[in-house]
Amino acid sequence: MLNKRGQLMWLAVPALGTIGLILFVPWVFTAGLSFFEWRFTGAPGFVGLQNYATLVQDKRFGEAVVRTLVYTAGSVAGPLLLGLGAALVFVRDFPGRQALRLAFSFPMLATPVSVALVWVMMLHPQSGVLNHMLSWFGIPPSAWIYSQRTVLATLIGIETWQWTPLMALILLGGMTTIPEELFEAARIDGASAVQTFRAITFPLLVPYLLVAAILRTIDAVKSIDLIFVMTSGGPGTASETINLYLYSNAFAFYNVGYASAISVFFLGLVFLLALALVWVKARHAVAA
Amino acid sequence: MSLQERPVGRRTMLACMAGAAAVPGTARAQGADPWKRHAGARVSVLFQKSPRSDLLAANHREFEELTGIKLAFEAIPEQQQRQKMVVEFASGAPSFDVANISIAVQKRLVERGGWFTDLRPMLAALEAADPAFKAADFSPATIAYGSSGKGALEVLPLNLDYWVLYYNKELLERAGLPVPQSTEELVRAAAAIHKPAANVYGWVCRGQKNANVPVWTTLLLGWGQETIRDGRLLTTTPEAVEAARLYGRLAREFGPTGLAGFNWGECQTSFVQGRAGFWLDGIGFAAPLEDPKRSRIVGKVGYAVVPRGPTARHTALFGDGIGVAQASRNKEAAFLYVAWATGVLNQSRMLKAGAGVPARTSPLQDPAAQADTPFGREWFATLLESARIARSPLPQVVPVTEFRDIFGVALSNVLEGADPKAELARATEAFQPVLDASERA
Repeated sequence: MLNKRGQLMWLAVPALGTIGLILFVPWVFTAGLSFFEWRFTGAPGFVGLQNYATLVQDKRFGEAVVRTLVYTAGSVAGPLLLGLGAALVFVRDFPGRQALRLAFSFPMLATPVSVALVWVMMLHPQSGVLNHMLSWFGIPPSAWIYSQRTVLATLIGIETWQWTPLMALILLGGMTTIPEELFEAARIDGASAVQTFRAITFPLLVPYLLVAAILRTIDAVKSIDLIFVMTSGGPGTASETINLYLYSNAFAFYNVGYASAISVFFLGLVFLLALALVWVKARHAVAA
Repeated sequence: MSLQERPVGRRTMLACMAGAAAVPGTARAQGADPWKRHAGARVSVLFQKSPRSDLLAANHREFEELTGIKLAFEAIPEQQQRQKMVVEFASGAPSFDVANISIAVQKRLVERGGWFTDLRPMLAALEAADPAFKAADFSPATIAYGSSGKGALEVLPLNLDYWVLYYNKELLERAGLPVPQSTEELVRAAAAIHKPAANVYGWVCRGQKNANVPVWTTLLLGWGQETIRDGRLLTTTPEAVEAARLYGRLAREFGPTGLAGFNWGECQTSFVQGRAGFWLDGIGFAAPLEDPKRSRIVGKVGYAVVPRGPTARHTALFGDGIGVAQASRNKEAAFLYVAWATGVLNQSRMLKAGAGVPARTSPLQDPAAQADTPFGREWFATLLESARIARSPLPQVVPVTEFRDIFGVALSNVLEGADPKAELARATEAFQPVLDASERA
């Protein structure tokens, strides 16, 4: 006969089963499809590891992987650094702080698609307001998302603009947990602002920085909406990340098996990135 | 009890109706309305969102009153509609009875999937029951355009989109040049208009990958050449390279900054603001160009046939059509929707509203329609001449989207300064195995 704990465990089975189905069935199905050649017309044909062999030799896919990593690094570092700066400003008390904090958080409240559409209009090389404003200062117009040279940097800039407030919010929460006595002691010892930041604020913020970095990394590596709406991966393939390439294969070329193989690779990449960050966080916790 | 005195039972009535419906001639002789045969049925329609779908949706009550059929209509953006349609067809149980496709892009795909039913028997039956439908109004070329390689009529064409050369009359007059009749004259005129310091550019066209391919292939038609003939890629010929070079030259020397990322939306924005002298694209953009709410150049838009190339004068033809799903359980009722949507009334409405170019010939031959066109006589003359010289700008192959993607990337690279010959060679090498695999399938 089951004890009370065992009986309670049985109550969780339907919920766990449902979550398991939702989480794993699509992945098992996708992994299965990656061993087939299927283009929606006709029956799928088993090809073994052929799709993975193609993946290894596919130059365009390799470029998309590198681009995804660059895009992710930029989209994590930018918001994290600026968010840290913003948190250092907003942690102090000054007139109008609340109103400014609210205004500062607006970008992250908007949906990425609407953000993308607004930026597309603003970045139009001839009619966009951004080049118009630059002309006031005698700065020549930029092609922004319309050039292979500037597109990735521009997209990272927009990601940074949108997600800096969230990073600032997380870090601000972290800063409020640092005991005030530590800052008082630093002041009594005559520590400068930079010394206080290096010796107290930053070390105690590291766990929060890591949490923010994990969240941002997982979000940035999966990013598709912003890029899809603004550039569709172009010009050429200059902003084509793994997600965009996967999408093209699945829904433009109808190459379902190959797209599934890319999906499996992509899941592995996200998993590894998350694992690495969690490992760093755990190591830091032990060291602390 | 005489026959008149006997009460008519429900079964007797149904038997009579079924008998009448089974013989169209009898039904017509007895005055039975072929449009009412499926009254009470329900038909689901999946459309790409466009001015055509808006126009049809605005008149759906008319269809329901005409046929007694209950309509469920869904119009979603092109890209999403294509995905939804393919995925649902592949599932074997689509949620719709009727769908529309882009003929140039999807015809071979739907043919291979066997997803649409052959409309010919239903078209013939309707023509016999109601001659006012005027099936002969669709020219043999139009019927062939909507038909598979085996002759089955997959879709009835709804709208034909010819590529034309839009020009800014004011800028061209200022340059003191006539409307270009050849690509050489076009280059000269674009150069004369081009004043980047004043934010005015001689030329604008699609530069974004995939979307840019028809610009190149339309220019290539000026050499009388297509991209694939008899299953063989013709994308590295001297003509193909020259067309890509011309495309790159027009865009790089006379186009605005960032043209490599332009789709038609950005081109339209530049053109309606009076910042571009010429724009090569589908004739369907006349409506926004002449809309005072959206355009600064109303009344200044000129329409010209695509200029003659070195050896030939052709233009590109795109089009969309409507078909009935093979898996539909209401094929005949669904066909009535196709027939209504492509009927004379709706095709005339489309022309009058500037929502597209009818696939039927009679609305175009109607003198009243020509006089009433919201875009002027030049637009109509350009349309009729373009219809005479139109060709398909895309190869009739299943992986047409991959073709557009791979060659689109090459053309985008040309706009960024890459060598056209090397880019086309690379793209051809990348696409050849895709084409070979597709032909083997």
